[in-house]
Amino acid sequence: MIKPVIPLITAALLFGIGVYGVLRRRNAVLVLMSVELMLNAVNLILVTGDSIRQQVNGQVFVLFIIVIAAAEVGIGLALVLRLFRIRGSINVDEVPLGDRQS
Amino acid sequence: MTVITLADIMFGAVGLVAVGAALAVVSTSHLVRAGLWLVVTLGAIAVEFLLLRAEFVAWVQVLIYVGAIVVLLLFAVMLTKAPIGRSTDLDRPIWPALLVGAGSGLGLATLFAWVYASDGISAPPVGSAEKLGQNIFRDWVLPFEVLSVLLLAALVGAIVLSKKDAKS
Repeated sequence: MIKPVIPLITAALLFGIGVYGVLRRRNAVLVLMSVELMLNAVNLILVTGDSIRQQVNGQVFVLFIIVIAAAEVGIGLALVLRLFRIRGSINVDEVPLGDRQS
Repeated sequence: MTVITLADIMFGAVGLVAVGAALAVVSTSHLVRAGLWLVVTLGAIAVEFLLLRAEFVAWVQVLIYVGAIVVLLLFAVMLTKAPIGRSTDLDRPIWPALLVGAGSGLGLATLFAWVYASDGISAPPVGSAEKLGQNIFRDWVLPFEVLSVLLLAALVGAIVLSKKDAKS
């Protein structure tokens, strides 16, 4: 007999920490790490939900999410490197928005 | 239903490790250490998967997250010439982030605690990999195939983006 509420609360706190990290961090790589925290929180909720419902559909989605996270980090790394090559800095709040820049 | 079992204690301890390491990820001022704390968090979540008897997902988590994604992130840290020691300019103002982060995290935690407080479930059977495989290849074949196309697209996109002289 296990209590599903413990992993669920863990996942909720991890998601909150991930949101905090995305908004708080200035370095693009650290923002990517915080996004990974949020994805992992959702994975934990899906697996716990599977245990509650006694099925495995959620675990299928967890596998899909892990693959998508790998693709996301690959593309994100390429974008960060390109930004670094152009600007010399990967601080997300120094990225110009819109067409106003030179 | 209010009996605390050994599994609950382990869930609590591993969850504490995960949350503590996650806090270190978002608050440390050493870039490389943030990546290493992320390994601790992901490992703790893999242990939670094992405790929930989702072995296959747990090992995939270890292989892909800890093995590949963290290594990619550390490569990104290295290739952007991050300083090895303490950095002083990693953070933005704290209050909006703290407000939104604590609001969403504690709000969700309260919701879960309220809905599932008295629930107890019997531990699922050991060995879910076989059921998982049957489920993927019976019900989720099309998303599975689309996912391979997505990976191919991501591969091509990453190569194009990191080409030395893409027109600019």
